[in-house]
Amino acid sequence: MTLALDKPRAPRRPSARRSNFELASWLFMRISGLALIVLVLGHLLIMNILDGGVHRINFAFVAGRWSSPFWQFWDLSMLWLAEIHGGNGLRTVINDYARKDATRFWLKIMLYVSMVLILALGSYVIFTFDATIPTTN
Amino acid sequence: MTAATVTQASAGSRGDQPPVPDGAITVTVKIMRFNPELDSEPRWESFGVPALPTDRVLNLLHYVKWYLDGTLTFRRSCAHGICGSDAMQINGVNRLACKVLVKDLMAGGGKHTTITVAPIKGLPVNKDLLVDMEPFMEAFRAVKPFLITYGNEPTRERIQSATDRERFDDTTKCILCACCTTSCPVFWNEGSYFGPAAIVNAHRFIFDSRDEGSQERLDILNDAEGVWRCRTTFNCTDACPRGIQVTKAIQEVKRALLFRR
Repeated sequence: MTLALDKPRAPRRPSARRSNFELASWLFMRISGLALIVLVLGHLLIMNILDGGVHRINFAFVAGRWSSPFWQFWDLSMLWLAEIHGGNGLRTVINDYARKDATRFWLKIMLYVSMVLILALGSYVIFTFDATIPTTN
Repeated sequence: MTAATVTQASAGSRGDQPPVPDGAITVTVKIMRFNPELDSEPRWESFGVPALPTDRVLNLLHYVKWYLDGTLTFRRSCAHGICGSDAMQINGVNRLACKVLVKDLMAGGGKHTTITVAPIKGLPVNKDLLVDMEPFMEAFRAVKPFLITYGNEPTRERIQSATDRERFDDTTKCILCACCTTSCPVFWNEGSYFGPAAIVNAHRFIFDSRDEGSQERLDILNDAEGVWRCRTTFNCTDACPRGIQVTKAIQEVKRALLFRR
C-alpha cells in the first residue's frame, strides 16, 4: 500500500467521490428514533389506555380512524419509520455479525425483500382501506 | 498445573531460579499458549510463580520465560508503559502487562490467586502472546497520520496557540498499543472497521489547526469502514492505558462529519 500524496500542490482533493450513505443512515436512526418515541407511545396510549382500551377496537373503530387523513398519516409514518429503522438496525447487525460475504449478502437480500413486502402491503392497506365492506358478523 | 519444563529451557532461559524474596506469595499464571508448529489451536498452560504484591504482570511473564519455560513468546520493550509493546488480555481485560500490579489482581480473603493472560483479540496470533499487528497498522496508515499542508512552506516554524494545541491534546497521547482496537467488538468481526486507534490518530490531525488534510481524513472515516460502525460501547475508553477518552474522540469525528461545510 503506497501512501504517496497525490497532487501535493493542489489546494484540495476533489471531494464528494465518497458516499454519505453511512452518515445518512446513522442520522436517520437518531431522527426516526425520536419520532417513533412520540408515534409509538402515542399509538399505545390511544389504543390501549384511553376510552376503554383494547376492548373497543373492532372493524368499525379501525374504519373510523382510517377515514381521517390525520390517522392515515400517523399510521403511515409509523409504518415507514419503524420498518426502515428496524431494517437498518438489522442491516448493521448483519454487517457486524455475518462472517462470510455470501451469508451477509443473502441475509441482507432476505431483509430487504421482507422490508419491501411489509412496506408495500402496509401502505396498500392504509390507502385502500374500504370501510363500506359489510362485516361478516 | 503443568510441570515446569526446566529441562526444555531454550533460548531466553536464564538458568537456575533466583532466591524467592521475603513476602513473596505463589500465584498461578495461566497463559494462553499457541505454537503454530505444534498446536492446531490455542491451549491454556499454568505456571506457579513467586510474586511480590508490588510486582507487575510483566515480571511474572519474565519469570516464566527466564526460569520456567524459555519458549514463552511475548513482546515487551521499554517495560514502563511508554512503548506500547506488551498489550495483552489480563484477567479478561486489555492492559499493558508493565502497568498492572500483582496486588491489584490478588484474590481476597487469603484465597489462591490465578492471573489469566491471553493475547489481544481480533488480530492473528503468531505465537503465544505475540500477535500480527499488521492489520492494526494498516488501518493506522489508512487515515494518513501525518501533517498534510498545501501551498508554500513557511520559512519559520508553524505557529499554534495554546488553545489550538489543547483541542487535540488528548489524542496525542496514543502509543499504538492496540488495547482499544482489540477490545472493540466491531473490530473482532471479519469486517474491516478501522478501529478506535486509527480514528484517535485521525482525530489528532483533523483537529490540528496547522493541518490542512482534515477533509481527506474525514472522507476516509466517512466510509463504510469508518466512524459510523462505532456502537459507543466504551470498551476502548475503558481499555486505554493512557486514559484517552477514545469514544469521545470518535464522537467528535462523527460530529465534525455531520456539520462540515
